[in-house]
Amino acid sequence: MTSYTLHPQVGLRDEKFGALAYHYGNRRLTFLNDDKLVTVVRSLDQHDDVDEALAAAGIPAAQWPAYRVALARLVESEILREHH
Amino acid sequence: MNITDRLSHGLDAPICLTWELTYGCNLACVHCLSSSGRRDPRELSTDELFAVVEELAAMQVFYVNIGGGEPTLRPDFWDLLDYCVDHKVGVKFSTNGSRITPEIARRLATSDYVDVQISLDGADAATNDAVRGEGSYDVALTAMQRLADAEFGEFKVSVVVTRDNVDQLDDFLALTKRFGAQLRLTRLRPSGRGAEVWDQLHVTDAQQRSLYRWLLDHPTVLTGDSFFHLSALGEPLPGLNLCGAGRVVCLIDPVGDVYACPFVLHEQFKAGSVRASGGFTAVWRESALFTELREPGSAGACTSCGSFDACRGGCMAAKFFTGIPLDGPDPECVHGHGEAALLAGTGARPPVLAGHSHAGRRAGPVAVAIGRRPA
Repeated sequence: MTSYTLHPQVGLRDEKFGALAYHYGNRRLTFLNDDKLVTVVRSLDQHDDVDEALAAAGIPAAQWPAYRVALARLVESEILREHH
Repeated sequence: MNITDRLSHGLDAPICLTWELTYGCNLACVHCLSSSGRRDPRELSTDELFAVVEELAAMQVFYVNIGGGEPTLRPDFWDLLDYCVDHKVGVKFSTNGSRITPEIARRLATSDYVDVQISLDGADAATNDAVRGEGSYDVALTAMQRLADAEFGEFKVSVVVTRDNVDQLDDFLALTKRFGAQLRLTRLRPSGRGAEVWDQLHVTDAQQRSLYRWLLDHPTVLTGDSFFHLSALGEPLPGLNLCGAGRVVCLIDPVGDVYACPFVLHEQFKAGSVRASGGFTAVWRESALFTELREPGSAGACTSCGSFDACRGGCMAAKFFTGIPLDGPDPECVHGHGEAALLAGTGARPPVLAGHSHAGRRAGPVAVAIGRRPA
């Protein structure tokens, strides 16, 4: 079961194209170019795991693998981190 | 629509902005973009600065690049830093290092929200001091040492690339690594006092090509998207490769005037003032100038050039201050169109204004040419 949360040092700002995420620690800016991905990211804390968040956001199951990859990338760039 | 296209239509708030706090400076660099020297009695008061921070926080501007002049000369500078941090507006400030005492360095090292950028324009004292003034190299290196001693982490060392220092890129990188810092390179612009030295100091065509290759080989070196005009040489450089002026960036000057970018401190690119009703937010969202900049522009003279998608005509400021029409080629166009436009001399360069320069203290172009001693 994989569970993520927004990194505490990250600010998220909604934009027409999705959102901008800025990490105050490593000072990197990341573009989230997909509204649905932003919805998922914002809702991660309300769900026990990633799949539950994807389901709640209405992402079709066929697209889950792509979303899982996108979320894993956000973990790599420290926008998200594993929830403990 | 790709991300660059979307950004070129502008955002509800800037991604970051440059905020010059004072025209006062204890140096007199020959290429100063804001022709700084003396403070201006009309500079924003502490309360006005704080009000701007509150606006930026409400707009969710993640961070500001604070500069000047020398911003640390303002007695309320450190209070402003605290105020920004308290409002979750990150700060990167540019300094010549003269006020970075060991105590200040230790204090700066305690906050994730504060980043420091030391300006340095030569990898040795002779090259640097010819541009930034006698003794400025030692001052900068002392500040760098103090930040390293305080275990600040990766602060930035920012270099304006010139004809005289472009051969020192490896030396700059080694130097910054020695202090645990990150190297940042920016383009020499013909703005402010830079207009007077640009002809002699801007990199040659051959140097541009080696700079481009060096940047591709060193993707972790920061550039603030400064050299996107070089992307016309082939593989695009890392970054957004777009002119963000009035679209994703802007500048607030010491008296509260808002300009499209840090390189166009000229009446023609002034969008408004934070002192007007509506403040900065109204200027950013409603000013006629920014609205116009966010409309799709024509490729102008570059229409038939196959590289237009890569360089998008280059830097507006570089064109304006060299007398090239804004829909013309960048003066440093890698295909030589800019050079041709300069030779054709179709437009007059706007007059260089003294601005807030110290009377008689400026190192002029002649001083630059003879001031460079063999290392």
